[in-house]
Amino acid sequence: MKPKVLLDKKLFELVINRLCYELIENHDDFRNTVIIGIQPRGVVLAELIYRRLKKIAPKIALQYGALDITFFRDDFRRREDPVLANTTKIDFLIEGKRVILVDDVLFTGRTIRSAFDALLAFGRPDAIELLVLIERRFSLQVPVNPKYVGKSVDSIASQRVLVKWKIDGEPDKVILHTSTDE
Amino acid sequence: MNNSLSVKHLLGIKQLTPEDIQLIFHHAEKFKKVINQPIKKVPSLRDITIANLFSENSTRTKLSFELAEKRLSADIVNFSSSGSSVKKGETLIDTVNNILSMKIDMVVMRHSSPGAPHFLKENTNTVIVNAGDGTHEHPTQGLLDSFSIREKIGDLKGKKVAIVGDIKHSRVALSNIFCLQKQGAEVMVCGPATLIPRHIKELGVQVEYDLVKAVEWADAVNMLRIQIERQASSDKEVPNFPSLREYSNLYQLNKEVLIKAKNKPLILHPGPINRGVEITTELADGEQSVVLQQVENGVAIRMAVIYLLASHIKR
Repeated sequence: MKPKVLLDKKLFELVINRLCYELIENHDDFRNTVIIGIQPRGVVLAELIYRRLKKIAPKIALQYGALDITFFRDDFRRREDPVLANTTKIDFLIEGKRVILVDDVLFTGRTIRSAFDALLAFGRPDAIELLVLIERRFSLQVPVNPKYVGKSVDSIASQRVLVKWKIDGEPDKVILHTSTDE
Repeated sequence: MNNSLSVKHLLGIKQLTPEDIQLIFHHAEKFKKVINQPIKKVPSLRDITIANLFSENSTRTKLSFELAEKRLSADIVNFSSSGSSVKKGETLIDTVNNILSMKIDMVVMRHSSPGAPHFLKENTNTVIVNAGDGTHEHPTQGLLDSFSIREKIGDLKGKKVAIVGDIKHSRVALSNIFCLQKQGAEVMVCGPATLIPRHIKELGVQVEYDLVKAVEWADAVNMLRIQIERQASSDKEVPNFPSLREYSNLYQLNKEVLIKAKNKPLILHPGPINRGVEITTELADGEQSVVLQQVENGVAIRMAVIYLLASHIKR
């Protein structure tokens, strides 16, 4: 089956802009807000949103960081091939802050659960909000509720949602692969 | 980069591939970040139990392993042969098998006999981490020394490292030689002829008897401790050097040596330091010294090793 494009370049731009305006609506000048991307793909999205927010509202004082959740995964030693650790780069404490946690695709919710554990090391935030570009519905294995969603899709477990980023040499778009595409 | 080690145990650097070493360093960098966070702990090994078997004296290594295990959330039991049934004549295999029947997943061991970890690996069913076996290998020390040099002066390929002092009795020296060579560094050993093993050149290292020349040549010098406890213990044995004073006259790293060599290499010491014997306090605490970073990196390296080995444990 041909891969289905969920978001093309134009729609992608629109979605990113909408997410940014939603964030501004809820966070005003971002004085007490930090944005944290989950490694590896959430970081790309977090940076994109950070840059876009700066463009829309140059005066905001937003900090952003990257969070690696490898050591907090609940499937360590249960996978055939272990996951290679990535870099956590958070140069600030999140104690008392509002954290916008960013990832590209929400699937089982387990990554987000691990991220909650990983965030503990940086303090107790006032609140954590989840932002995802793509929410795959009906696939959650833990109760996680995103506050900002780029697009919700219905997909079955054997399908894959692939977000292509400009840094990979591809234009920004989101594709739905079925397992027979490989 | 491979995602897992090619070995199931860490017996020595000799068994590791260059890719294994890079994988350990990759994870050690991440764990170094973890141990510098306000909460210095990750839950990865919460269902793993580790026994630390130390049948030789140790402060740094034992503490460092214990900390590494705790930072990974493993459960640990400590065992030292003084005050145990080993004193009643229990064999090493029996001791370990008894410990293992208490559902232990990994054994970190230090032993005075070279090859003891290899022996246990063959005769027991557990993951073994060598924390120093006699005068043979001390792999985690070799790794953390390389990691500390790399942190300061970058990739070790083509870099020159001199190991100075008691090469003959040093497991640190052998692990360092293997580890450095696998990363493409040039290695020189330096010390009195009596403390340099006769066939060491076969490992592909240079031998130098003049400290000034070694320091002049090196990008980093690793000053080993004179192992007073392993020198001639009775009047019948021939001592390796006449006196500590004579040793330090010839092989002490001090300011004068650096001036004569016109070089300021990075200075490492695996500890514990005999201050005023192999190195002066001034240099041990000086700006070229990475002695304390070595200790910090030791925890990160051991976390990486234990984490990567534990990923092989299946239930």
